[in-house]
Parts: sequence; C-alpha cells; structure tokens
Amino acid sequence: MVPESLHPPQPPAPLNARGQHPGDSGAAAALRVHDLRKNYGELRAVDGVSFEVGPGEIVGLLGPNGAGKTTIINTILAVLTPSSGSIRIGNVDVARQRSRALARTNFAAVYASLPGNLTVAQNLRFFGLLYGVRALRRRVEELLGQFTLQALRDTKCGVLSSGELTRVALAKALLNRPRLLLLDEPTASLDPAAARETRAAIRSLARDSGCGVLWTSHNMYEVEEVCDRVLFLSHGRILLAGDPRSLPAAHGARNLEELFIQLAREPLAHPAERLA
Amino acid sequence: MRPRPVAAILLRQWYLLRGSPVRALPMFAWVGIDIVLWGFISRYLDSVTGAGINFTAVFLGAVLLWDLCGRVMQGLTTAFLEDVWSRNFLNLFASPLRIPEYVTGLVIASIATSMIGLAVMLVLAVPVFGLSFLALVAHLGLFLLVLYGFGVALGILASAMVLRFGPASEWLVWPIPALLSPFCAVFYPLTVLPAWMRGAAWLLPPSYVFEGMRALLQGRPFALLPALYALALAALEIVLAGYCFVRVYRRAVRTGLLARYSAETVS
Repeated sequence: MVPESLHPPQPPAPLNARGQHPGDSGAAAALRVHDLRKNYGELRAVDGVSFEVGPGEIVGLLGPNGAGKTTIINTILAVLTPSSGSIRIGNVDVARQRSRALARTNFAAVYASLPGNLTVAQNLRFFGLLYGVRALRRRVEELLGQFTLQALRDTKCGVLSSGELTRVALAKALLNRPRLLLLDEPTASLDPAAARETRAAIRSLARDSGCGVLWTSHNMYEVEEVCDRVLFLSHGRILLAGDPRSLPAAHGARNLEELFIQLAREPLAHPAERLA
Repeated sequence: MRPRPVAAILLRQWYLLRGSPVRALPMFAWVGIDIVLWGFISRYLDSVTGAGINFTAVFLGAVLLWDLCGRVMQGLTTAFLEDVWSRNFLNLFASPLRIPEYVTGLVIASIATSMIGLAVMLVLAVPVFGLSFLALVAHLGLFLLVLYGFGVALGILASAMVLRFGPASEWLVWPIPALLSPFCAVFYPLTVLPAWMRGAAWLLPPSYVFEGMRALLQGRPFALLPALYALALAALEIVLAGYCFVRVYRRAVRTGLLARYSAETVS
C-alpha cells in the first residue's frame, strides 16, 4: 500500500532485453506507471503521472471530465502510444511486449460495448479465444453463472438492456483471470442492487485472486466503499493520492464528493506545492 | 503467429454468417447476376460474329476470374468493416491479438467466402453457358493463385484506407476493382491500351493472367515466365499492403484515433 502522499514523477528505470526492470520479482505490482506523458501538439493530456497498483489492490482514478483518466487507461491498454514514460503490467513492459502484457490484463468500459450482432455466449467464446483462455467452454459457463447470464446466453448483445450489457462486459473482462483489471465506470448502468453485487464481486475477486484493479467512477460513495486508495487527477497530473476514507478529513472536506468538487474547481497547483 | 487468435477471427465471421443468413447472399448473388448477364452477351456475340473468337470462353472466363479477384478483396474488406460497424476496435486491439494474426484471420475468412462464390459461378457458367476450362486446366491453379494474391493485397490496402480515413471512406473502397479493370485488360489484349496505361498494367498481376488466358484460348503458346513474375508481384504487393496497414495502425495508436474510432469521418 502506498502511503497517503503524492507521487512525484520518477525517471523510468532502464529495461533489460525482456522488457523487465532489473531486480523484478514474482510479486511485482499489478501495474506500474512511470512518468507517463501524452501530448497532443501543445496540449498535455497526461503530464508526468507515476503510480502503482499492487496485487489485490483496488485503486480509484478520479478526476473531472478531461482530466486524463481515459487517456491513461488507453495507454495502459496499448491503444494509445504515450509521448514518454513506461507502463508495466506485472513484470512486462507494455511498449516492448504488448501482446504478453495484454494477455494478463482485461477491461470493461461503458464506451467499449461488445459486438451487438453476436450473442452473449458467442461474444464470450470469441474473446476467450482472443485471450487464449484454456478450458474455454467451462470458463464461459462459470461466468454465465457468476453474472446470472444463463437465460441470456443466446440473446444478441445488441438487444440487451444497459445493465445486462454491463454484466456481459464484466464477464468478458474476467475471462482470462486477469492480473490487472481496468474498469471505467463499471456500475454506471446498473440498478443499486446489481451495482452492490458487482462491487462485492470485484472486491472478492481482488482479494481472492490478487488481481489489481484500476477503477474510474464519478460515484464517490462507490469509490469510498470499494477502493483501497484513490488518485485525484486534474489537467493530466495527480494532485492527491491516499485512502478515500481518511483523505477528506485530512484536507478539510466533509466527504469525498466535497473534496472532489474542491479539487476540480481549484486552479492547478504543482504537486510539490500541494504536498507541502 | 498463434492459431487461437486467428481462429477467433474466423469464429466471429462464422457466427455472423450463422446468425444472419442474409449475409451469405452477396457471396453469390452478384457473381450469379454477372455470369448470367455476360453468359447471354457472349452467346449472342458467338451467334452474330464470325470473328473466330470463342466469346463464351474469353468473356465469361474473364468475368469469372475477375469477379473472383474482386470477391476476395471485398470479402476481406467486409470482414474488417464488421469491426468498424460494430465499434469493436477497442475490444479487439486492447486484447493480446497481434496485427499479423488479425490480418491472417481476415484473409482466411475472405478466401473461404470467395470459394463459395467461385463454386456458384462454376455451377452457372459451365453447365448453363457451356464454359470450358479444358484449355486452361494446366495453368488454372497458377491463375487462381495470382488473382487470390492480388485480391488479398487490395483487401488489406482497402482496410488500411478505411482505418486511415474513417468509416465514411468505405465508399472509396468498393469501386477499386472497377477502377482497376481497364488497366488489367480483363476483356481485351494489352496491345489495345495506350502506352501509359500499359505501363500501369505491368504492375497489376491480373493483366498477366488475362493475357495468358487469351493466349491459351486462342491456341497460342503460354509464356510461363510472365505468369511467375505476376505471382511474385502479387506476393510483393501483399507484403507492401501489409506494411501499409501496420503503418496506418501505428499512426492510429500514436494519434489516439484507434481509441476513439467511431466518428463518421476522421481527419
């Protein structure tokens, strides 16, 4: 667990030929992001972000719209090349061994719906093959049961409700038993009961399997309930990091939502100033 | 190259076909119409001209082979467009799938679907219009290989165009075979083309196939060397098209286009 402090940018360590940092052990962080930057011309979408997600840890990535959350997620998923910096999933460097790194990762995002012209079971089989899942038939059945999707197995995803689609997306995200799970507003379309079940499922997944989770959400109640640690992002920089249950009081806010609003409104201060 | 991701791409195409049998219609409907149309035109020309040319063999054979090349290209492009239409890029390219595996899956899918089209064309052209491939039989395999290769190269290039210029550019892709057909000398000898068009024709592998086909049908000797050159040219064009696709893909990853690929047009 990282202490309640800011994470000043660190220079990336040199990599060996396998895309690993020297001295890496088997108990590496699920995700290690070093001095990540992404520029679009003059615009700095991500500006020197460094953080880690430990095994079994759930980290909330928070920030107002345009803060750089999705850009960070896209760079971790290797669908966006960073301008500089390094990303490692386990011991594997994403830039050097993209396929190997992504084989141990998965994600669910509201903006990445599954093909609507395939049924639920077909989608799971298709993505299971893509991720090289062993004993695929059994794994699909397990997930259909876990997310109560048996009755919808032969229904095309295009006709599912948004809540059902979210459950299918989560089932897809767990197909390969990932070491790192990226969830972008995973409960946004769920009713309160389903959202609670989903949060519990993700929490037990992280606890039991040691899967690290990077979770973005605008629901501060949910973040407080689920996340072990949060990172507040603004203008592409991490402003604050720490335990979502103790951070508000430490910064004179009544709750996480108030802290979020405070940070979103404040002009950007350099991380070092905020640390002081 | 790992077989499972390639199998996943093929499985997806199979699911699409099984889920909506209407998708099978374009595999044979248009080629069927072409064969019927050109079959009757050839039959009419055979009956009214005394030029000593077997129009059925020359025209219908050319239509059949050229359609096959176009079907391969369109099959590959359509398989790629399925991922565009279903906005599936993020799910696909954020998976361990590698670009060569993806393209290989698309190529195998397009070859499989165009084989169905070829079978339908033969069923119509041989018994109904009396098309005979006896004169070509020794070289037909080589001709098909060249045409398949060129169709694959065009399909990869067309997919790269759609990835680069956005979904709206699919309308630039469909007419490509029609634009190339005058240069490929599908229905006439290369000698009728002006010099500048002939120059372009030398870069297009199908032009060697159709020249070879006409030579065989008219009892002239078949030159093997140009046909082998055409095969090498088709292979080179596949490699170049693949390189182009990878370049476009890398640009899309660098600029962020891939992550937000759903806009109607892309600048």
